Amino acid sequence: MNDSSSAVELKNVVKKFDEVTAVDDLDLTIGDGEFFSLLGPSGCGKTTTLRMIAGLELPTAGSVSIHGEEMGLKPPNKRPVNTVFQNYALFPHMTVAGNVEFGLQMQKVPKEKRSELIDWAISLVEMDGLSHRKPTQLSGGQQQRVALARALVNRPEVLLLDEPLGALDLKLRQQMQIELKNLQREVGITFVYVTHDQEEAVTMSDRIGVMHEGKLLQIGTPEDIYERPTTRFVADFIGRSNFLDATVASENEVVLSNGDRLQLQSDHETGESVAITVRPERLKIHKKGESSTDQHQLDGIVETVGYLGNAIVYSVSIDWMHLEVRSSETSNSRYSTGDEVTVSFDPRYVSVVSG
Amino acid sequence: MKRVATPGLETQAVKEKARQGFLIGLPSIVYLIIFFIIPLGYVIAYSFATRSRSGRTELRDWNVDAYVRLGEDVVQAVAWRSLWIAALTTVICLLLAYPLAFYISTRRPVIRNLLLVGIMIPFWSNFLIRTYAWRVLLSSDGLFTKVVEGLGLGDGRILFTRPAVILGLVYGYLPFMVLPLYASIDRIDWSLVEGARDLYASGWKAFRRIVWPLSRPGVIAGSILVFVPSFGAYVTPAILGGNKESLMGSYIVDQFMDARNGPLGSSLSVLVLGVMLIGTMIYFRQGGRNL
Repeated sequence: MNDSSSAVELKNVVKKFDEVTAVDDLDLTIGDGEFFSLLGPSGCGKTTTLRMIAGLELPTAGSVSIHGEEMGLKPPNKRPVNTVFQNYALFPHMTVAGNVEFGLQMQKVPKEKRSELIDWAISLVEMDGLSHRKPTQLSGGQQQRVALARALVNRPEVLLLDEPLGALDLKLRQQMQIELKNLQREVGITFVYVTHDQEEAVTMSDRIGVMHEGKLLQIGTPEDIYERPTTRFVADFIGRSNFLDATVASENEVVLSNGDRLQLQSDHETGESVAITVRPERLKIHKKGESSTDQHQLDGIVETVGYLGNAIVYSVSIDWMHLEVRSSETSNSRYSTGDEVTVSFDPRYVSVVSG
Repeated sequence: MKRVATPGLETQAVKEKARQGFLIGLPSIVYLIIFFIIPLGYVIAYSFATRSRSGRTELRDWNVDAYVRLGEDVVQAVAWRSLWIAALTTVICLLLAYPLAFYISTRRPVIRNLLLVGIMIPFWSNFLIRTYAWRVLLSSDGLFTKVVEGLGLGDGRILFTRPAVILGLVYGYLPFMVLPLYASIDRIDWSLVEGARDLYASGWKAFRRIVWPLSRPGVIAGSILVFVPSFGAYVTPAILGGNKESLMGSYIVDQFMDARNGPLGSSLSVLVLGVMLIGTMIYFRQGGRNL
């Protein structure tokens, strides 16, 4: 990606707090107009990365560029980005309108233009009629909208969002996910979205970067990340997964611990112990001996059955481990504990990750 | 929830609670009546009483002469001078205390506690002794005088002048400014400052628009805690000012002791009390609710 189409570019960025490395040699290019999520467990360095883009932290090493311009030591007020903070950070002594106006005042936008933009931003987040309220008189969801309006009113080139939906309850969160995504399409601003919620990231993002212990493990579309994880951590963190121990036999064959051979491409060394990962919903369950079109089959016994309403989750014990199988067949051909079954899968839906 | 008590029992319990509360409070109520309400009543009564030719205050022929005399030029001069000195002391305390309180509240907890204890250390010794210590420092061969003259800042002999009085008042009341300021600055959520910086505010603008307004309860509380006692101060002007200028405190003492004019002394006391009450009311209306 060249400079003209990249909104944010991080090169070899390192951030250390005393002796603790929060972000470790991070390279990342975020495209213009993209909805990009940084996903990872708490303490993985995703918020620190966001704060370095905003200028609220300075990198120990490496460089941050926004639209091709090197940010260097620029303070936050000199950067063309705005942030929606996790706790919203609304100014408690100002009204909704006052909060939204703040950034415009600081940029010395003329008065008439200001009120025009405030109206635009407040109606964009559907807060019309509440502009004279103080933040403490608003619900969590409303505060969230004000935080969004306060940032968007400045028409930043990049909007940074730090777990903006973290404090909301599930239903509101799901509603806001859709609204945020629509809003991003509407205003066409690059969104950099930090979250620890994998479902949120998968639902909203154009691309996701998965972080763990300060490192960026994998960058890709939600589908890439979900269907083709490159590391065990990514496969485990995003959704549920089965890991079957295996050894690399050649560049397109691995051997499972029961001796079964699978035709799978991987760039791991021959002889290396790896794991193959397969999602519970990619496993199919049949009566033992029943024919299947899938190349690969494992025999086992049903241990537990969990009814989820729209699916059934079986735990199937095979020789050397348990497999989690998720079947959307909820009425016909149900199995119960103790049934002898065959579990099959298509190697297309399998990834090889380091052991 | 299960109802276990009948309505009558609840009323009884509330009454019993109130009775217990009264009993616990009784010693301090008695104390306040004897040592506060009764003397205050005397002061107010005296202010409407008559002064006999011999200088005795006689509780008869009630009149408002003592209040009329508050309008006299001499009294007005003393009152305005006291007001001015109290205001100046308050402003200087605020200018000194704000950066200090800001510094303390942004330190690590260990350092912060050490500094706060440091602010309170002076209270461990007697105020009178500390004020006399200043007299030693300010004397013509004292440390203060020598340092000022050594630095070439002019004549350092300020003892028994108004600057010495203000210095003493600032010294004495600074902690009363620092502590409420610290309390309100410490409560400010720093992510608000980050929010302001992110919204294109410079460091100074973020201070002006966010930190300063949010610390206002502390500014108001501290200002009143300094202004009110400075207005009626007696010890500091007496020791460091040498009573060359009459201030409210010393002027009241003079009325009782030298002029033997109890009614005027009392009406002056009521005036000071009034100023303090107004200050306290502002405090409760503006800042008190947030403290």
